[in-house]
Amino acid sequence: MHIDMSYGSGGKQTTSLINEVFVKHFSNPVLQKMEDSAVLTVKEKIAFTTDSFVVTPMFFKGGDIGKVAVCGTVNDLLMMGANPKYLTAGFIIEEGASLTDLEHIAASMAAAAKEAGAQIVAGDTKVIEGKGGIYINTAGIGEIEREGISISACKEGDIILLSGNLGEHHTAIMSHRMEIENDIKSDCAPLKEIVMNLIMAGIDIHCMRDVTRGGLATVLNEVSASSSCKVEIEERALPVSPQVKGFCDILGLDPLYMANEGKLIAVVAQKDAKRALQIMKESRYGENAAVIGTIQAGSKVVMTTAFGGSRVIDVLYGEGLPRIC
Amino acid sequence: MCVAIPGKIIEIHGDTAKADIMGNIFEANISLVDAKLGDYILIHAGFAIEVVQTETAQEMIDIFAELDEVIRNDTGAGKEGA
Amino acid sequence: MTLEQVKKELKGYKGRTIKIMEVCGTHTASIFKAGIRSILPAEIRLISGPGCPVCVTPSAYIDKLVEYSLKENHQVLTFGDMMKVRGSEYSLTQAKALGGQISYLYSPLQSLALAKQNPQTNYIFAAVGFETTAPLYAILLEEMEKEGIRNLKLLIAVKTIVPALSYLCEKEEIDGFLCPGHVSVIIGSKIYEPLAKKYQKPFVVTGFEGEHILASIYEIMTQLSTEEYRVKNLYTSAVKEEGNEKAFGAIMKYFEPCDAYWRGIGTIPGSGLRLREEFLKYDAGSEEAFAEETLPKGCSCTDVILGRIQPIECPAFGKRCTPMDALGPCMVSSEGACGIWYKNR
Repeated sequence: MHIDMSYGSGGKQTTSLINEVFVKHFSNPVLQKMEDSAVLTVKEKIAFTTDSFVVTPMFFKGGDIGKVAVCGTVNDLLMMGANPKYLTAGFIIEEGASLTDLEHIAASMAAAAKEAGAQIVAGDTKVIEGKGGIYINTAGIGEIEREGISISACKEGDIILLSGNLGEHHTAIMSHRMEIENDIKSDCAPLKEIVMNLIMAGIDIHCMRDVTRGGLATVLNEVSASSSCKVEIEERALPVSPQVKGFCDILGLDPLYMANEGKLIAVVAQKDAKRALQIMKESRYGENAAVIGTIQAGSKVVMTTAFGGSRVIDVLYGEGLPRIC
Repeated sequence: MCVAIPGKIIEIHGDTAKADIMGNIFEANISLVDAKLGDYILIHAGFAIEVVQTETAQEMIDIFAELDEVIRNDTGAGKEGA
Repeated sequence: MTLEQVKKELKGYKGRTIKIMEVCGTHTASIFKAGIRSILPAEIRLISGPGCPVCVTPSAYIDKLVEYSLKENHQVLTFGDMMKVRGSEYSLTQAKALGGQISYLYSPLQSLALAKQNPQTNYIFAAVGFETTAPLYAILLEEMEKEGIRNLKLLIAVKTIVPALSYLCEKEEIDGFLCPGHVSVIIGSKIYEPLAKKYQKPFVVTGFEGEHILASIYEIMTQLSTEEYRVKNLYTSAVKEEGNEKAFGAIMKYFEPCDAYWRGIGTIPGSGLRLREEFLKYDAGSEEAFAEETLPKGCSCTDVILGRIQPIECPAFGKRCTPMDALGPCMVSSEGACGIWYKNR
């Protein structure tokens, strides 16, 4: 079964799409009321965010566009010390998209939301002309559990932790596109357990960021710019699996600039660094966590290379394409 | 100017080999080299351009041993360099 | 001798300023990645040479690709490297946004599969590179011959390094060369011997690990101090004296030398490869894609590529010329000297 323009008409097909796909998978009391908007009860202070998702291919090792769409928004909420509660999902579907695919996507959105403890309480669907693509926007509300976490709150002497291996989402997507066989799965995951465990343990977290597009290099540059500090990292400390390294070597790519969908950096007070690392390692998706660097006075991101030199790490310019030269 | 990485041949079908590069299986055309199963080939843009020694570690040891020789030449204590 | 000793020795160098050119862009990238410059004293200067197709490909070549991409029933196939390089008006990335049909490939052979799948589409392959990539095009042509493929043509901008090295030795003051590792896999290490002899300079063939490069710099410094100049191969795991004769033979079957225009440098006699006459039916008009050109006003890429100045000495560097809006080719490429300096500024 494929979706055609009649599914976007607002008539019978639209209703059946909503009922048989979205309501079926996202099922919760708020959504089931089918009102024009969701009415929610939340704590006083909330975090609120939105993100849109376009991924080719839509299905890849370790996830699909639906899982990424939920994890992306959930993680953005978590990074502000918020516990994700409610999500919305907007779909733009090109005619020709498979109904079975859409159901798979909805099911994995539901699973990811459940893992993060959030409910999908409102949604929208539009069908447009095209070639069967599916694009998703999600927005999310989270209740603030810890205030004061900010990209501009890093202080000299702070320690930077990374929650796991770099480059896995990017590698999984690109391997699929380039038909290269390997076992690399996208790291796409909701990072709720890591974040909540850090907060519950009272770790003095100054900043958290999920490491997505643009890679670690870009996130660290944001930290340096916003907190007016120098970020120092050690190449030897960066967790990268040998498979991802091999993949990068042959295509001339750099794991520092590759996208992830289930990694975060946490900048914590020095006194809590050891404990924070232990907590990360014991939390789901954090087993490869590592201390990767420190915050110093100054500017820029500087890396001590495995070879013993040092170099400045800049942001990504343009698209990271495979190179032969 | 040219990115190329060694991989180990795990399968050969005609001019095409499957090579394992740290767990990534790439297809490579091997018509520019004389390669057999188990060989390490240097792969550039989907082609093997040379059969290479398996261990770069040994090459590093050799390089630094040679530099020693260079130094001995410097001081006149060693034999003539090649 | 250990790596630490080599580092220490080099760091302690105090003499006249030595200019060492790493000819190959992948060496430039390795030097940058390993942070080699931070290990060297200011008196040892590494100059990024012309071995980066992105930097030396003239804008007329990009223009021709852009033109093809916008033509009905045409599709341009390229390596990812070329996507960002600007022609006189657009880069391929920009042309794609304007509706140009452009795809990037990893292997030239992928173009063969595409041509077979879509016989209605005329494919133009952007065949750039040096001796390392040239034999790949030879095999592609061989397959095209075998299969009678008619809807795939090559726009050729293949350059050869030895004539360029002679040119640099004639015109510029460079103390020693790190020879390109993977070009040398094809052409061999022996080929540099006449150059070392004629110009009395060190030519060291080197690999891509930090250790390789540092050891090679040390070798050059030693040759300079003993005034005994020769070719030294420190990448013996891959490079033979005579090179890969099979691959070299494949190149010569399909190609012949021609003069080539290097963006920022000029025309170097005999430094290019073009298809032999009997294979010209596979050519997409390569000759027309090589108009001589002047660099944009204020761009010092020529002086940078030839090692006369460091990128930072160019008045446009970081001001009118940045990776987001590059004036000259050296800023566009991730291997280009200016691009690398900008990131490391």
